[in-house]
Amino acid sequence: MSEYLLEMKDVCKSFPGVKALDHVQLALRAGTVHALMGENGAGKSTLMKCLFGIYTMDEGQVIYEGQPIHIINPFDALQKGITMVHQELQPIPDRSIAENIYCGRYPVHQYGPLKVIDHKKMYEDAQAQLDELGLDFDAHVKLSTLTASQMQLVEIAKAVSFNAKIVILDEPTSSLTLKEVDKLFDIIRRLKDKGVGIIYISHKMEEILQIADDVSIMRDGKYLGTWPAKGLTNDFIITQEVGRELTEMYPPKKNTPGEVILQVEDYTSPFTSSFKHCSFDLRKGEILGVAGLVGAQRTELMECIFGLRSKTSGRLIYKGEELHIKSPGDAISHGISLLTEDRRGSGIFGVLSVQDNVAVASLMDYLKYKVFLDEKGIDEVVEKSINELEIKTPSHKTKVQSLSGGNQQKVIISRWLAKDPDVLIMDEPTRGIDVGAKYEIYTIIESLARQGKSIIMVSSEMPELIGMSDRIMVMCEGQITGIVSGNDMNQANIMALATKFMKTTA
Amino acid sequence: MSEKAIKQPIDKKKILKFLANNAVIILIIISAIVVGVMKPNFISITNFKNLMINTSVRFIIALGISGCLIMRNNDLSAGRQAGFAACIAATLLQKADYAQKVFPNLPEMNMWVVLLILMVGFTLIGLINGTIVSVLNVPAFIGTYGMQTVIYGICLVFTGAQPIGGLQEAYTNFCSGSIGNMQLLPNLGVIALLVGVFMWFLYNKTPHGKKMYAIGGNGNAAEVSGINTKRMTIAVYMIASALYALAGFLLGGKAGGTSASLGEGYELFAIAGCTIGGVSVNGGIGTVPGILVGVLVFEILKIEMQFMGVTTAYTFIVQGIVIVIAIALDIRKYIAHK
Repeated sequence: MSEYLLEMKDVCKSFPGVKALDHVQLALRAGTVHALMGENGAGKSTLMKCLFGIYTMDEGQVIYEGQPIHIINPFDALQKGITMVHQELQPIPDRSIAENIYCGRYPVHQYGPLKVIDHKKMYEDAQAQLDELGLDFDAHVKLSTLTASQMQLVEIAKAVSFNAKIVILDEPTSSLTLKEVDKLFDIIRRLKDKGVGIIYISHKMEEILQIADDVSIMRDGKYLGTWPAKGLTNDFIITQEVGRELTEMYPPKKNTPGEVILQVEDYTSPFTSSFKHCSFDLRKGEILGVAGLVGAQRTELMECIFGLRSKTSGRLIYKGEELHIKSPGDAISHGISLLTEDRRGSGIFGVLSVQDNVAVASLMDYLKYKVFLDEKGIDEVVEKSINELEIKTPSHKTKVQSLSGGNQQKVIISRWLAKDPDVLIMDEPTRGIDVGAKYEIYTIIESLARQGKSIIMVSSEMPELIGMSDRIMVMCEGQITGIVSGNDMNQANIMALATKFMKTTA
Repeated sequence: MSEKAIKQPIDKKKILKFLANNAVIILIIISAIVVGVMKPNFISITNFKNLMINTSVRFIIALGISGCLIMRNNDLSAGRQAGFAACIAATLLQKADYAQKVFPNLPEMNMWVVLLILMVGFTLIGLINGTIVSVLNVPAFIGTYGMQTVIYGICLVFTGAQPIGGLQEAYTNFCSGSIGNMQLLPNLGVIALLVGVFMWFLYNKTPHGKKMYAIGGNGNAAEVSGINTKRMTIAVYMIASALYALAGFLLGGKAGGTSASLGEGYELFAIAGCTIGGVSVNGGIGTVPGILVGVLVFEILKIEMQFMGVTTAYTFIVQGIVIVIAIALDIRKYIAHK
């Protein structure tokens, strides 16, 4: 048998408009942790989705325990002993922990052709599994009563319960506290001892250097190489990931924050687990970063300011006057725009053209005889956006779904720039965008701030926040735990504020 | 030379894709040619005129429903609304000397006034449909199905479950008449064409149309873009109901008499026509010319079967199968990306 448990060779995968994987390879040894690194959009998740059967690869080969295999779908992957913990969790909130762990493979009593779920065994097994991993949960409680980080641990328990030979962890620590990370590493070491191969996707250098045996790095859909984790340095990894010196990662900042334009006072959500008593202000020409772990309710707060969510208390003072925003339409008409977190879900209109995507928020500004659309006017504004933001598209009529992530994001930014807003809230503006395009988005953000527009940038990537923001507001479990600026904007300070109220579940 | 080598397979792929995307239309046209060869009078002026008149009414209903479909909704009350409109039109347009008049004291009314009253009045039904779907958040499939039943019940009460005849000649003559002596241009065809042009303008040249496609393409994104999705949904249902009223008016006059059962199941044929013509059940996609082709082709299929002597029962079976295949092919177009 080969020395590797799993080998992926020459894997290629294209999506409309983008080559996501370009002859990528990966070799995993049994009983080791193999870290897969690279910037967002480098293709790590795509590669893992190919392995797990969510995507079918265009080209390439998978050799598993010395045999070439072909994985058709996730079910097939699970059957073969490959499990995956996804970056975006897919929990069933109104079912118990045990039902989530054994979803789709419930233990049953067989009465002839009739199968009846053996609840007793399911709960016992689930509880045993949780206990073995040292997780202090009752298998009977509904998943919805857990916090995001607790759900993440349940998801990991579920992956382990398959007794798989390969466990893929896609950014498993993105919502965990430091103690929980230690817990996770315990679990990983236990799996290693059993001979399980673990593929570990993460951005966090400290973690990798602590837990990984091998490190593979990807950039722009290409495989750069594999190195033993011992002896690797942060600088080396970053240089590989980014492909250029760190100093060039963010454009030089020349914006100067002016007077306060927007004041948020005591915003509280009707839902107890969501944002509460949030107050902050935003200055003209300022880039205000918003940091926090997954589940910190940053998106919810921003959506409430924009009129997408309700609140039980809170005042908004905008340009010196109190403003009541009841719908996104209200916010937009006052010059407040929101670039949403979920580009596919609430950003682009995939089946519509670039032109329609840009014009959709400002249709009423381009009317002839009050009834018909001024197509020439729209054409001009689209042409202007394409030139200014350097959107790469074959024509105005091209469907947006065929553009790359970065260009789609620029199309949505154009949509808001066509409205000439004073405040632009950007929720994860560079998520899922390749490195080159990221820099372009940063440049756009910086130049907007320089023109006197106020930017709120929500991001889960701390380096990005530190590199771009004038101040960073940190949230934890729905509350604002602090605002840092200047030299205080460092990872340690932000992390401390972001985990301020976190109970240790482990 | 190498360039040519690269180009050819791409062209082949494109042709295959076109064939797959339009499979139902192509198959029905081929079968029409086959029927035309086997039964020579299939391709005749009478048959052509017949086709035009039948298609006209169905096209108007399909245009009404298309707005709902493009917004990822549906309207199962379309056929019953058209039937109800036909019944109202018939009772208001009976001859003054007709013995069994529903409203004996009603003077002879002008048919155009009646049409206007119907179209405006029916927007109220659209308002209810739209409110059920957008304000009460009832899934369109269930909400409009409920309305279908309600409207049928009201129509039965209104007509006393009796057929209505004795219509004014001005009304019936108009609905079965043509422009010019050649009889190649039925009045109904002209009206359908005008409605088609109006809807094409509405869909392509106005904010209303763009917003409609945006909501269908991605409802969340439309809301974030400041579009009032509730108001738009209601507006689309109101326009749809006005069109069903027009279609029902024409249908009643063409038939020369009506009953409460008129229009039953028309929504399914309209949905089928839209889907065959490229309106996506996933929302956001669909054109007026496409809908015309879809409705026309579906109507050709029906006439073909009549000519081949297929009984009504079997016609239903074939039509049902075609609907399911058309939608299955449509869905395939959008999931093939994975």
